[in-house]
Amino acid sequence: MIAATTELSFRDALRKALTEELERDDNVFVMGEDIGRYQGTFRVTEGMLTKFGERRIIDTPIVEPGFTGIAIGAAMTGLRPIVEMMTMSFSILALDQIMNHAAKIHYMTGGQATVPMVIRGPSGAAKQLSAQHSHSMEGWYAHCPGLKVVAPATAADAYGMFKASVRDDNPVIFVENPGVYTIKGQVPDDVNYLVPFGKAAILREGKDVSLIGYSRMTHVNLAAAEELAKDGIDCEVVDVRSLTPLDTETIYESVRKTHRAVVVYEDWKNGGYGGEIAARIGEDCFDDLDAPVVRCGGLNVPMPYARVLELECIPDVKDVIEKVRKIR
Amino acid sequence: MSELGPDEAARQKRKQIVWQLSGDHRGINAVAKQANIEQLENPRDLEKFFRDMVFIRKFEEKCNVAYRLGKIGGYMHTYIGMEATAIGWNAALRPNWDYVITAYRDHPQPLLMGSDPIAVMAEIMGRSGGLSRGKGGSMHVYDIERGFFGGWGIVGGHTPLGGGLAFAAKYRKEDRVTLCYLGDGAANAGVFFETLNMAALWDLPVIFIIENNEFAMGTRLEYHAADTELWKRGAPFNIKSERLDGMDLLTVLQDAKRIVDYVRTEQKPYLVEVMNYRFSGHGAADNDRQLYRTKEEEEANYKRDPLLRLKAVLRERNILSDETMEAIEEEAENRVEDIYETADASPFPEPHEVYMNVYTDMEPEVGH
Ligand SMILES: Cc1ncc(C[n+]2csc(CCOP(=O)(O)OP(=O)(O)O)c2C)c(N)n1
Ligand SMILES: [Mg+2]
Repeated sequence: MIAATTELSFRDALRKALTEELERDDNVFVMGEDIGRYQGTFRVTEGMLTKFGERRIIDTPIVEPGFTGIAIGAAMTGLRPIVEMMTMSFSILALDQIMNHAAKIHYMTGGQATVPMVIRGPSGAAKQLSAQHSHSMEGWYAHCPGLKVVAPATAADAYGMFKASVRDDNPVIFVENPGVYTIKGQVPDDVNYLVPFGKAAILREGKDVSLIGYSRMTHVNLAAAEELAKDGIDCEVVDVRSLTPLDTETIYESVRKTHRAVVVYEDWKNGGYGGEIAARIGEDCFDDLDAPVVRCGGLNVPMPYARVLELECIPDVKDVIEKVRKIR
Repeated sequence: MSELGPDEAARQKRKQIVWQLSGDHRGINAVAKQANIEQLENPRDLEKFFRDMVFIRKFEEKCNVAYRLGKIGGYMHTYIGMEATAIGWNAALRPNWDYVITAYRDHPQPLLMGSDPIAVMAEIMGRSGGLSRGKGGSMHVYDIERGFFGGWGIVGGHTPLGGGLAFAAKYRKEDRVTLCYLGDGAANAGVFFETLNMAALWDLPVIFIIENNEFAMGTRLEYHAADTELWKRGAPFNIKSERLDGMDLLTVLQDAKRIVDYVRTEQKPYLVEVMNYRFSGHGAADNDRQLYRTKEEEEANYKRDPLLRLKAVLRERNILSDETMEAIEEEAENRVEDIYETADASPFPEPHEVYMNVYTDMEPEVGH
C-alpha cells in the first residue's frame, strides 16, 4: 500500500518532523540562538515557542560551546536535545564539545552512557553571507568516529531522516544546505515515516557515469545529468544521504555498472568528505574503473562576498559537466 | 616583582586567607579539642569518614606505586591531600539520586558513591573488569548508574555538561542536585563562564566547586588568575558564592550540607571556592615539584593534612584511640592490596573490543 503524500518544501517537512517528534516524546526539546521569539534564522522553528512553550523551546545566549555542552550533559541522562546551530560555521566554536565530548562519551564510558542528541543547521553557502557564514562542516564531523552525519537532499528525506535522527541513540549531525530549504517534494503522511541511515538512493538510473553527491549537490547532479543526456551521456545520480554510516555498497554497485565516477561536494575540495568517498571507490573498485575517480569540490578559498565570485566557488552544472567530459 | 610572582601583595593576602581557613597549624590538637562535632547528627559517623579518608589515601598511594611499576599508564592524577573536600561534599548528597561530575582527578568520587573499588582500580589499570572495560582509564572513570558522570580530560570542558545534568533534573522536575567540581586552572576557561551565565539564567540546581589546590599543573594560582579570589567568579552572574575551607572535614561537612540543602530547596546554582592543596605532583608524570614550589612550602602545607586533622579530632574527642586508628589504617592497606591484586587478575580487553561502543548500533569502518 502506498501511503498518501503531501507536497512540502524541505523546510516545512523539517518543521513538521520537528513538531511531531516534540509531540511524540516529552524528552525531546530544542535549544539554540533565536529559535523561539525570533522564530529561527532560517525559520525552521517558526511558531514552535507558541506551540510548545519555553520549557521545550529554549532561546540560548550566544555561546555555542556552552549550550552544546548543556545539551550533551542533559542527553547523558536520557533527554533527547535538538541543538540548532544558527549556521554550522558557528559550530566551529563548539568543536571541543562535539568532537572531544559528545562523540567519545559512549566509548569512554564503555557503553554506560549514550548521547541521544541532534545538532542541526545550515551548512554551506546561502547567498552572499561571505567567508564566516558559509562553511560546509559535514566533512569535519564525518571525519570523527562516534558521530553520525546525514545530509538529505529531498523534502521526504528531510522528514524521514530528521525523525530517525531524533530517535537515534547517538549524536547525529543533521546537515541542511541553505539551498535546499525551498526545494519542494512529496512527503508521506505518516508520523512514523523513518528513512534509515546508511542507505544511499539512486535518484536517476544511468549506465555511463556515476554522479555521487549529497544535499544540494544532488540537485546539481540531477540537472547536470539532464543536460548530459541531451548529448547521449547517461548518468546515474547517487544521493549519498548519509555520510556516516556511508552506504558504500550502493555507491560501489553503481560504479561497477558505469565504470566511471565523479564525486561532487560543496565543501572545500581539499580534504572534503568527497575525497574520502573517491578514495574508497579507488581502493575497492579499481578493477571496475575505466577512468580515474574525479572530485568536483568547492574552490579552496574562503567564501567571497561578491555574488559572481561566490558562484565561482560552488560547483554548478557546468563544473560537473566539465568533469564528466574529462573522463567520458 | 618578587621571585615567585608578579604580585607579592596578592600572594601574601591569599596565603593569609588560606592560613586563617585552615586553622592554627601550631596546635592542631588544641584546635581539635574545640572542634564542633556536636553539629553532626551522629558523631560516630566520624569513624566512617575516617575510614573513607584512609581508604582513599591508601588507594591513591597504591595507584602511585602501580604507576611506577608500569601497571598504570598514561596520565594519572591522585587526590592526595584533598580528601576532605570530596568526602565532605559527598556526605551531603542523596545516594543514587544526585549527580556528580569532575575532571580527571576522579578516583575518589566513585569510591565514595559506592562504585565497586575493584572495577575502579581495574579501569585505572585498563582491564576488562573496569567500569568502562578499559576504554576510559584513570582520567575517564564513570559510574553512570550511581550518578557519577566522570571523568574528563579537557580542562573546563566538562563544566557545561555539569550544567546539563542539572538542566535535565530541572526539566524532569526532579529534585536532584548536581556537584560540578573543577580546578582553579579550569576556573579561567571561557566555557565555564558561559555555563555560569546559563546556570543563573535558567536557575539550574548545580553547585560549582572550584577546588583551589593552588596549582594548575606547574602554574601557581597568581600566575594564571588575574583575580586570585576565585569565589568571585560567580558574582557577575548573581550566583551565591563563597570561599570555603577544604581541609577540615568537620567544616566541609557543615558547609556542604548547608549549601546542598539550599540548592535543593531553592533550585538555584551556587559557587564555592574550596581551599585545599595538592600534596603530590600534578600527575604521576610530574616528578620535579621543585620547579614550581619549594620544599618549605610543601612542609608547611603538609601540616594542613586533612587526615592529620581528622585524627587529631578523633583522638582529642575520644572517638577513636590511636590503636584503633592504626588498626583501621592497616585494614585499609590490606583491603587496597586485595583490590589491586583482584584488579590485576582481570584480563586486558580483547582486540575486537576496540570497535565496540563507538556507536550504540553499528561499527565504524573496520581495518587500517
Ligand atoms: C584544554 C586543555 N588544555 C590543557 C590541558 C593540560 N592540562 C591538564 S590538567 C592542567 C591543569 C589544570 O589545573 P586545575 O584546573 O587547577 O586542576 P588540578 O589539576 O589542580 O586539579 C592542564 C594545563 C588540558 N587537559 N586541557
Ligand atoms: Mg588546581
